[in-house]
Amino acid sequence: MTVAAHSVVDPTPRTRRFAGALVIVYAVITMIPLAWIFLTSFKSPDDAISYPPKIIFQPSLEGYCNLFTTRSRQTPDFIQTLGPPQGMCDDIARSRNMVIAGPSNYLPRFVNSLIIAFGSTVLAVALGTLSAYGFSRFRVPLKEDLLFFILSTRMMPPIAVAIPIYLMYRAVGLSDTRLGMILLYTSVNVSLAVWLLKGFIDEIPREYEEAAMIDGYTRFQAFVRVVLPQATTGIAATAIFCLIFAWNEYAFAVLLTSGNAQTSPPFIPIIIGEGGQDWPAVAAGTTLFLVPIVVFTVLLRKHLLRGITFGAVRK
Amino acid sequence: MAQIRVEALDKSFGTFHAVKSANFTVEDGQFLCLLGPSGCGKTTTLRMIAGLELPTSGTIRLGGEDVTMNRASARDIAFVFQLFALYPHMNVRKNIGFPLKCEGVGQAEIERRVVEAARILRITELLDSPVSGLAGGDRQRVALGRAIVRKPKCFLMDEPLGALDTEMRDAMIRELRALHDRLGATTVYVTHDQLEAMAMADTIAVMNHGVVEQVASPRDIYDRPASLFVADFIGSPPMNFLPFRGGLATGAQVIRLGEREVAIPTAREALPDSDLVLGVRPEHVRFTDRGMVRGEVYGAEYLGTTQIVTVTTRYGALKARTPAHLTFRTGETVGLDFRPDTLSIFDKASGRAIRTALHEGGAHG
Repeated sequence: MTVAAHSVVDPTPRTRRFAGALVIVYAVITMIPLAWIFLTSFKSPDDAISYPPKIIFQPSLEGYCNLFTTRSRQTPDFIQTLGPPQGMCDDIARSRNMVIAGPSNYLPRFVNSLIIAFGSTVLAVALGTLSAYGFSRFRVPLKEDLLFFILSTRMMPPIAVAIPIYLMYRAVGLSDTRLGMILLYTSVNVSLAVWLLKGFIDEIPREYEEAAMIDGYTRFQAFVRVVLPQATTGIAATAIFCLIFAWNEYAFAVLLTSGNAQTSPPFIPIIIGEGGQDWPAVAAGTTLFLVPIVVFTVLLRKHLLRGITFGAVRK
Repeated sequence: MAQIRVEALDKSFGTFHAVKSANFTVEDGQFLCLLGPSGCGKTTTLRMIAGLELPTSGTIRLGGEDVTMNRASARDIAFVFQLFALYPHMNVRKNIGFPLKCEGVGQAEIERRVVEAARILRITELLDSPVSGLAGGDRQRVALGRAIVRKPKCFLMDEPLGALDTEMRDAMIRELRALHDRLGATTVYVTHDQLEAMAMADTIAVMNHGVVEQVASPRDIYDRPASLFVADFIGSPPMNFLPFRGGLATGAQVIRLGEREVAIPTAREALPDSDLVLGVRPEHVRFTDRGMVRGEVYGAEYLGTTQIVTVTTRYGALKARTPAHLTFRTGETVGLDFRPDTLSIFDKASGRAIRTALHEGGAHG
């Protein structure tokens, strides 16, 4: 079949070019801050704060070294008495009359972020899938009201309840614990998960699990073996949304964590270097912080592309 | 295979009374159609037999055993869904073998029985295809394969041909009935399509608003409808209804319709003066100049071998099925006559058919 000269549904070449240009402009605008952070992470502290900003510069790994280490200032005489530098970071530090005192807190904070974000995502998606299935398939008394209640928990900004949560957490000993943060992020995310997943599960014909139940499965087996494989798209999309929230969350993390369970977002901006903010280290911390989300999204992008339309274009 | 007995089955969803005291029996090896318009409770009834819904009250017996509250998986039945419900992540072979796998049958036995089912349904060459690319009819064969592979006590089918196009449907009607005869399977088949029901069923149960209005052979359902609803629902075009007022004595052979007397099958019950309805199938209307009802031709639908002529009368528009070679001019005045031995009489208030000699010819009286 040939394409009609003036198709009603297909965009004209001009529209297509215009839309393409718009997308490119938007992509550039959103990418500039990321690119800038990435570049800054490879600058020296002086280059990072030079004005006008430098686009061409001598790349250095000083930011990454400073991110993972703590250093102390020493006299050149003292440094002379030490043996040869131990690796590249030591070399950079000595050039600035410093010696590496030990590892920084970045790695433990990063690990906290991983545990809390993935832990709460798994929990929110698991609870969300089960509740969504329940709401989708059973005659639940007050179903509409319950669903609205679940949705209403998202109507105010979560930080509005920060003080009560702070006091509650202090009373039950959940302050500054990973478990506390996992529970908190799960409770925020589970409402999103229920609503998103209910949409996906509603679209899976219930005949599938009914057929499986007649064929000899229990309802739970039918749910696991028949419904879940078909809901993977929705589960993947929901997991990404939950993960992004939990990974990026800043306000509660500042308020409720200090040492033990602190995540990366409150830690990164307060990396202090010589004479103020150590911008290359902050940029390096931010760059590495982006990696898990990028990897996770790339791994699930196939599902996400279909899932992002919330099941509207299921085959 | 087994007999299915449904006794005083009731189902309410909140305030909605979906099935009201349904009673019927499907004998071993019989093909029963549950027929009715959408929302009449036929699917709910079927789902209760399957164990996908639990009844509010009543009993379901399968082969004599009370299974009313049993789990679907414990009933040993097979269900064919309108949307086929083939598992999209499995190929044809795995789909057909799935019920056996659930039962824990060995791999070699599964393979043997899947191949046998595929041979019966003539889909052997499709066994290794994914189900997503199959045509509607083939999908339905796979769904049937999944049903027959297990040799269950009975087959339950919920509008299995509803998603197919007309041509494929006609072919599948013949195949389904042939399959039924070959397997001798007790089958309950839900449909809203009277042609499907007429073509396949040994017995039809017509449902309306949750009530089973009549359970009888297709012939009896058509010739001796038990209620106004059945008479109206079955047949295309449906039965003509002529309202009149009058009483009826046992043994009466005529009724008064306006100023004329109309011969009817001998009445077997007496009725006080009340609103009644005379029912006439379009093919039992004859055109004669001395006809007892007069009217004006409104139009004719040509159907090939026959035509449907609509005549406006004082009793409303009547439809008559006549040979196609007769010609009628719009506006022409004609006289109509009815074949006396085929007429039905209904009580207008209750919709119930009045017992007459008509009912004595049928197997179910």
